[in-house]
Amino acid sequence: MKKEFNIIANLLKKNSKVLDVGCGDGELMKYINEKITNDVRGLEISKNNVQKCIEKGLTVIEGNAEKDLKQFPDLSFDYVILSQTLQAFLDPENVINELLRIGKKAIVTIPNFGYWKVRIHLLFQGTMPVTKSLPNEWYDTPNLHMCTIKDFVNFCNKKNIKINSSNLNIKNLFSELGIFLIEK
Amino acid sequence: MNNIEKVKRLIIEKPLKLDCGQTISNFPLAYETYGVLNEKKDNAILAFHALTGDQFASGKNPITNKEGWWSYALGPGKAIDTNKYFVICANVIGGCMGSYGPSNINPETNRPFGTNFPVITINDMVNAQYHLLEFFKIEKLFSVVGGSMGGMQVLQFVSNFPNKSVTAIPIACTASHSAQNIALNELGRQSIMADHNWSNGFYEENKKLPDKGLAVARMAAHITYLSKKGLQEKFGRKLQERDDLKFSFDADFQIESYLRYQGSVFVDRFDANSYLYITRAMDYFDLLKQFNGNLSKAFEKSKTKFFVISFTSDWLYPTSENREIVIALNAIGKDVGFAEITSDKGHDSFLLDIPDFLNAVKNFLNTSYNKINEKRI
Repeated sequence: MKKEFNIIANLLKKNSKVLDVGCGDGELMKYINEKITNDVRGLEISKNNVQKCIEKGLTVIEGNAEKDLKQFPDLSFDYVILSQTLQAFLDPENVINELLRIGKKAIVTIPNFGYWKVRIHLLFQGTMPVTKSLPNEWYDTPNLHMCTIKDFVNFCNKKNIKINSSNLNIKNLFSELGIFLIEK
Repeated sequence: MNNIEKVKRLIIEKPLKLDCGQTISNFPLAYETYGVLNEKKDNAILAFHALTGDQFASGKNPITNKEGWWSYALGPGKAIDTNKYFVICANVIGGCMGSYGPSNINPETNRPFGTNFPVITINDMVNAQYHLLEFFKIEKLFSVVGGSMGGMQVLQFVSNFPNKSVTAIPIACTASHSAQNIALNELGRQSIMADHNWSNGFYEENKKLPDKGLAVARMAAHITYLSKKGLQEKFGRKLQERDDLKFSFDADFQIESYLRYQGSVFVDRFDANSYLYITRAMDYFDLLKQFNGNLSKAFEKSKTKFFVISFTSDWLYPTSENREIVIALNAIGKDVGFAEITSDKGHDSFLLDIPDFLNAVKNFLNTSYNKINEKRI
């Protein structure tokens, strides 16, 4: 986790304004708060996680990313972060559009379904892969729209979304996680 | 209410122009304080009470001998920790716990004002309480906090005095009183006015008070503070000290007996005319209209850090109305947090022992307070 935080934090400019969509228990926000900028806030759907964020002294808004992003004005954040939740939305395309509307840049991370361990699992075991970043069984997973790093790159190309930076140096096969800095 | 003369009062000499057009001056504002104001004067919190509250938020209310209305949330070691913070709470003008209200004597007639008292608004209440900052020589409050009508005062306070509080916690409230809320308040007012003893508001001379009307108003209002589920779980169809229905209009059911009791104890501590005036102030509250339909404008000049709280089962000031405040603040990039607390206890939740609620308030206050002190170092 810390490695992902570090990569994300390095993509952010000092003292920038950041929104973490689906901020969970606030660990990433806390990390960013301590290292990069104190102008960071989160949107989180789970009441339990909202309480954890408040405990950490973080600004959090309880809400649903698929409904509640529209309240933020255009380009009101320097960066909008979506960490490993894209695949759980009903309409991920709409969420990406919203991220790019309210943020000058967006940082999207996805659990890579093209990771070699995932491929091997499906190939040899013949069952839905369960890994560190995909810990759930097929019947209880919140993930609706799994994709690979390559899928996401293709999606961005198709929709004219610019990929500024990514960890693609480790490529589709070898990264468990895809991290993208994108903008319109 | 014989000890009422003993409550702390600030006499506000400066003229205050009310929204209704009248100007009042040299009027009393009753208040109470909790905790100690520190040397830096950076630990002061102004707590606003709701419709039937008063300045006795915590500890024993010396007038009613009951626990203060916010004893679960406010006091030594509580969410609003008076070992750490200095909390001021004032009785709103229009009230009946020592502040300027309809039961005060009108110097022109030497009789109680009754319905000759000017109609007041949430804005007037807040403007009157602002004088407490000057009185205690507090340059900037650490927080303004309140639930229900108290939350409306929080919103109005920040709007009127954009940089006089570091943080603000509006709880279970709205920026604009809804038709449903006006309707429910009107029901209460009409039940008071339908009591023959009300005498157009000049009942103090008759020595007969409109207790029945006020009790019915309280009973009706009390239902709106609870939730269907909460009522069902607490009372269901349980009978009151009897084995079977009596085929009469006695209080057969526990819920009836409970409401009658709530009505009967309320009249001992509350003035009927104050009930009319304060409910009117709530109905007139429309911060949207004050800013031509754009709520964001109310907070444009403010740097106050907001934390908005609602409750799942509150149908009087539902989450959607609290969320409107959050949306207005986000629309202009203000620092705002929001939490909806799970509770079956309805609107009354903000007065009760709901751990998630109390923890959220405590954590928000304490982490915010630590942050302002870190900055200084």
